[in-house]
Amino acid sequence: MKIDWTRNETLVALVIAAFCLAAAIADPGFLSIATLTDLLRGGIVLGIFAVAALIVLISGGIDVSFTAIAAFTMYVTAMVLNAALPWLPWWAALGFGMAIGACLGAINGVLIAGFGLPTLIVTLGTLSIFRGFMLTFIGQKQITTLPPGMREFGRMMLVRGENADGSFYSLHGAFAVTVLVIILTWAILHRTMLGRQIFAIGGSVESARRIGIKVRGVQFFVYVYVGILAGLAGVIHASMARVANPFDLVGLELSVIAAVVLGGARLAGGHGTLTGTVLGVALIVLVRNSLIVLGIPSTWQSVAIGILILIGTGLPAWQAKRAAARSA
Amino acid sequence: MADALVTLDGVTKTYSGITALDSVGFTIAAGEAVCLAGENGSGKSTLIKILAGVEQPDRGRITFGGTQQGALNPRLSAEAGIKVIFQDFSLFPNLTVAENIAFSAEIGAGARLVHKARVQDTARRTLARIGVDIPLGAAVETLSVAHKQLVAICRALATEARLIIMDEPTTALTEREVRVLLDIIRRLKADGVAVLFVSHKLAEVLEVCEKVVVLRNGQKVAEGPAHDFDAASLTRHMTGRDVAATPPTPLPASAPELMRVQGLHKDGAFADVSFTLRAGEVLGVSGLLGSGRTALAKALFGLVAPERGTITLDGKSIALGNPLAAAEAGIGYVPEDRLTEGLFLTQSILQNISIGRLGAHAGASGVLNLAGLIDEARDWLKRLSVKAPDPDAPVRSLSGGNQQRVVLARWMARSPRVLVLNGPSVGVDVGSKSEIHGIIAQLAAQGLGVIVISDDLPEVLATCHRILVMKAGKLVDDLPTGQVSETDLAHRLAS
Repeated sequence: MKIDWTRNETLVALVIAAFCLAAAIADPGFLSIATLTDLLRGGIVLGIFAVAALIVLISGGIDVSFTAIAAFTMYVTAMVLNAALPWLPWWAALGFGMAIGACLGAINGVLIAGFGLPTLIVTLGTLSIFRGFMLTFIGQKQITTLPPGMREFGRMMLVRGENADGSFYSLHGAFAVTVLVIILTWAILHRTMLGRQIFAIGGSVESARRIGIKVRGVQFFVYVYVGILAGLAGVIHASMARVANPFDLVGLELSVIAAVVLGGARLAGGHGTLTGTVLGVALIVLVRNSLIVLGIPSTWQSVAIGILILIGTGLPAWQAKRAAARSA
Repeated sequence: MADALVTLDGVTKTYSGITALDSVGFTIAAGEAVCLAGENGSGKSTLIKILAGVEQPDRGRITFGGTQQGALNPRLSAEAGIKVIFQDFSLFPNLTVAENIAFSAEIGAGARLVHKARVQDTARRTLARIGVDIPLGAAVETLSVAHKQLVAICRALATEARLIIMDEPTTALTEREVRVLLDIIRRLKADGVAVLFVSHKLAEVLEVCEKVVVLRNGQKVAEGPAHDFDAASLTRHMTGRDVAATPPTPLPASAPELMRVQGLHKDGAFADVSFTLRAGEVLGVSGLLGSGRTALAKALFGLVAPERGTITLDGKSIALGNPLAAAEAGIGYVPEDRLTEGLFLTQSILQNISIGRLGAHAGASGVLNLAGLIDEARDWLKRLSVKAPDPDAPVRSLSGGNQQRVVLARWMARSPRVLVLNGPSVGVDVGSKSEIHGIIAQLAAQGLGVIVISDDLPEVLATCHRILVMKAGKLVDDLPTGQVSETDLAHRLAS
């Protein structure tokens, strides 16, 4: 197969490979199952967020409120389940979170699809409102005793084992949820007309309207779906951390969008792949978790991520521009 | 006549107080091709949008196949078999050819899942129906304009199409591509599909049309069988006056030399270009696409940096490859593609005109004299008769001819010595075109030197005193307008 150098996916994959090589040279212990499971664990919540951000970018919008939806959902779910529904099993707890997320996503949906307001402005607003509302009216204290359903989910492991040096490794059950989310989203985007309509709207809203796509309905779905995924990610985050800290998560949104853009999604809409998104998340998690292995202080993380974004998105754009100049 | 497929009766539409359509009515029969002619702003686009269900008329009746329609929406129109191919084609650049062709058919069929085989099959079938071959898997953004149009036609045919409306179908096509298109139209008519051409470029499509309807200022001003119309009568109906091509008034022999270009050379674009321009002279530079005319035009204004040569204005040499220096010296440049190179589309008309004058209206303190700036811009709007409902509206809202006038107004406000106009009437309707030619003559009469770069031969012949023919980067002929005919000129360009 011919390698397409103008694709972001290729570049990101190469950078990941180079990074792993450098890390393996600096620390031979890097190439271990423990590192892998750490990375996979780090990608669980980020991965779900990234899928949510991807689908919005494809539709031609941008959503920065998903972290606030996640934090809100996580906190309210923990609180409500503790107070009123402690008997809910883990899967129902996840479902509860998804329902709250859907409601919050629907608020974005009404403002964007219903009133036709710009997506960035709406979600910047709701980011602030959801977070502020939770901290003001619901609570600021960490919930350290999670409801039994969430505790049960937090203990669920797919794989568990012991390394040669006696340390333990494990892969959390939530990883399976992320994989399911990716598969489901792939199926929606590529196997349903709804998904193709999301691409179509991202390609040209006006054209979509003209051939009779119900643009508002599709947009509404997108923001509700993002809400559902964010709610799910929030509950998973709290379950894995075994605490619902209302100050968590918010602030991650730009890193997540960066990961998706790094993977080749265009801010202008209409373009983006799940493969690219997964690679983008992998790279960001790798940088977050492993920069320290290379002897680079962790404060350099954000600088490194910034450089990666500039190179990762700038290089293909520059190449495309050169190709266009040559053909003109 | 066969039963009417579509009947419009008394259709009226107003936008914020401006009447776009005023009681328009006509019929289209099955298998008939109708040419709807009108200048920019005559209401053509509004009529298309109403038929497509994108806009609702304020008053009037629309009947499809004998059934009167209530409020239309795009889906209802599409179900009735009314398919619009917009000027921009309304395709999805990010999707493949096959998906673009089959998209509306799939939506119409109420599909929830992607049926890949069916999509490919629909695309292959419709492409075969019009007898063209385009790779199904290619992304539409990578196609040529002509191919994009064919994809749009295929999309219209992918579902039951009874009337295909084509908005400005020929503007972006070469002559050969137009032939292909007309053949396809003939095939469709033979199949009983009606076609409504909406255009201000008419001669090309008249031969396949049965009927002509002319709109002017939102009203129907003429209707009749196509063979009763020719290019001249259409122009008269569209503009409401005779647009005669008058050659420019001759240049006085005493006119002083204004600009001199010597030995201008740019590798791969143009070589050893020398000419002079006198005050009050309109100089045409004509050449085919790829002859280097655009590169030369840009070089005169410093947008392209030549390797060698000199440009002098009033005996003073101008730095090459520096647009600011060129503007400072009194050269103005109106680009060919005013939309991407010449205008700030989303900003107001006034801002667009005044942008070049910010420096002149900034006092010693650096604070802008806004009132003076705006007054001046308003004055230019009036002098170049820009038809604008609201000078604070974005330039995007203007028609092509008016946009071109805004670009001109901006340069005029700077009182330049030499104006380089690259394709001054590309995408402008007949009436505006003759007005722009009038403006060019006026400017020259005021002593400006004007360089018109164009491959529109009638335009060059109507406006210029002298024509330089450019071929493969070189100026090969220097002809006084009076001594050359259009066929002769066409021959010199092409040979």
